[in-house]
Amino acid sequence: MTNSVAELENSACIFVIGSNTTSSHPLVATRIFRAKQKGAKLIVADPRKIQLALMADTYVRQNLGTDVALINGIMHVILDRGWQDQGFIEERTEGFETVKEKVRSYTPEKVSGITGIPEEDIVKIAEDFGTAQTASIVYCMGITQHVTGVDNVKSLANLAMLTGNVGKESTGVNPLRGQNNVQGACDMGGLPNVYPGYQAVNMLDNQKKFESIWGTDLSDQVGRTVSDMLGGLSDGSLKALYVMGENPMLSDPDTAHVEKALKAAELLVVQDIFFTPTAELAHVVLPGSSFAEKDGTFTNTERRVMRVRKAIEPVGDSRPDWQIIQEISNRLGYSMDYDSPEAILKEIAEVTPSYSGITYERLEGEGLQWPCPDEGHPGTKFLHKDAFARGKGLFHAIDFKPPAESVDANYPFWLTTGRIHVHYHTGTMTRNSPTLHSEVPEGSLEINPGDAGQLGIREGDEVEVSSRRGKIRTKTVLTERVKEGLVFMPFHFVESNANALTNPALDPIAKIPELKVCAVRVEKAA
Amino acid sequence: MDYRTALTTCTYCGCGCNFYLEVLDGQIIDTIPCKTSPVNEGKLCVKGWNVHEFVQSPNRLTRPLLRKNGAFEEASWDEALDFTASKLREIKDNCGGNSVGFLSSAKATNEENYLFQKLARAALGTNNIDHCARL
Repeated sequence: MTNSVAELENSACIFVIGSNTTSSHPLVATRIFRAKQKGAKLIVADPRKIQLALMADTYVRQNLGTDVALINGIMHVILDRGWQDQGFIEERTEGFETVKEKVRSYTPEKVSGITGIPEEDIVKIAEDFGTAQTASIVYCMGITQHVTGVDNVKSLANLAMLTGNVGKESTGVNPLRGQNNVQGACDMGGLPNVYPGYQAVNMLDNQKKFESIWGTDLSDQVGRTVSDMLGGLSDGSLKALYVMGENPMLSDPDTAHVEKALKAAELLVVQDIFFTPTAELAHVVLPGSSFAEKDGTFTNTERRVMRVRKAIEPVGDSRPDWQIIQEISNRLGYSMDYDSPEAILKEIAEVTPSYSGITYERLEGEGLQWPCPDEGHPGTKFLHKDAFARGKGLFHAIDFKPPAESVDANYPFWLTTGRIHVHYHTGTMTRNSPTLHSEVPEGSLEINPGDAGQLGIREGDEVEVSSRRGKIRTKTVLTERVKEGLVFMPFHFVESNANALTNPALDPIAKIPELKVCAVRVEKAA
Repeated sequence: MDYRTALTTCTYCGCGCNFYLEVLDGQIIDTIPCKTSPVNEGKLCVKGWNVHEFVQSPNRLTRPLLRKNGAFEEASWDEALDFTASKLREIKDNCGGNSVGFLSSAKATNEENYLFQKLARAALGTNNIDHCARL
């Protein structure tokens, strides 16, 4: 997030797009409720009529994968009515003219045709967002998991810059990170192109710096992303995969393809706290300890680094992941000799400029939000205050592109996927929690009552759902949350694995798969 | 009776709520939301309130497992670690470090993510490291 969670409640307008906030980030939703009570305008754009939609001033239900068109349409109206922040555009940004030119053709009429949203709603969103004193954008994987994921995010950045809603309190472009420490895993260089602190691996200065601190030669070649690794296992160019605390058999698109890739590995190492479907395919399974059994830090969605504290001893013969990694490294002949997670954080602070001022002692209390460049620095509540990282904020002129696959006579329904309130990601933890599991013990397919009637399907019926990649069985929930032609499945359940159906087509830049859009057929099970 | 609490951070979504895990004689018995947390201010969602339940589940992995003749068998740590390291070394020696991939974890701590990418980059010499940020 460019801004902080608490700032949301003082925002005059909140635009939530592609985030089912009450289910997936409930304690962010709390701030949105408070903002609403204080008089904020709430705009919700989501193909499903999610809970937040019920309290929105404007709720719009865009067709799947049409976000760029919607955002261009909003910007068209803002420019047409003169609601843009000309001062901010001139002082803080560049490339504005190209966007102005691009969105000229995105009239409400044209955008309505693409998105299925009434013209007057596009105008109302533009007015509420464009005329607010402070406006915040909140988004999640509904924006990013598309072949146009990068385009979608850049479009939201365009909208924020156009209206001067960056670098100020209670504004900003605010992605809600789905995993408790996905921000930290990125910050720590768990990415193929950067060392900790987003220092590019293919820049010689960075390579030299890390070679000197780590005392060994390093590669300047950008590595493989998850999808490239799976492809490499399939074609034999990758021989081994070491998976720590991930479950690609459920979380990645096109499960049949994932399974084939993992089975082709000469060595598959899985380190986890439960025996996941991915572990079932491993050659060796290493039992890690959960968050309750070790010390450390997590970094949340607002860049706040916070302490994790050991409550109990490791369960059974499990070991904290940091100890396992160290044992493997030492056996490989690269010495690691940390006596505690705190000793590791000291090294992190040494090599990562944005974490340089972070120590366990300073994290007591409320933690610290990075950038925190030195031990006297109080941390950073919101980013881009006086300048962007690159200097001027760059506008990107972007055209709407349709999703990678489309419905047809064989696969006539659009499928989108997501989380439900009592479950989490691949269900490894929540389905082992008796209270949560008993709330919702199985998966389901949400379908509009009109479509269900056409197919002769009643509430709770078993159906077969198939896509161009796979087929699963699940039971139905008849609901107006989805409009006719659209169906929804949660992806937590291995017995009705939504990702057996989803499309592995990737965004060309971010390499994120289009998990949020594919075409399926629904039939009553025999 | 040995009763204690540990102030920590939730392991589910990216909100980063703080709570106390209540521990009685080595068993986690409950979760209490932290009222001074800047994120959750004493509130929790249904997942947070029940976060202690999975930790000591009987389904937890408690021993290393090695596949022998197609089936998993329990192994000692030394055996599992030696096997893993010797296979990684063999593949690195025969095919190069770039023939190994690493999937790090958005569930693990910063310290563990740091060490894991260091293992990939410094011990294997490859930048083939990624995690589920895209999933």
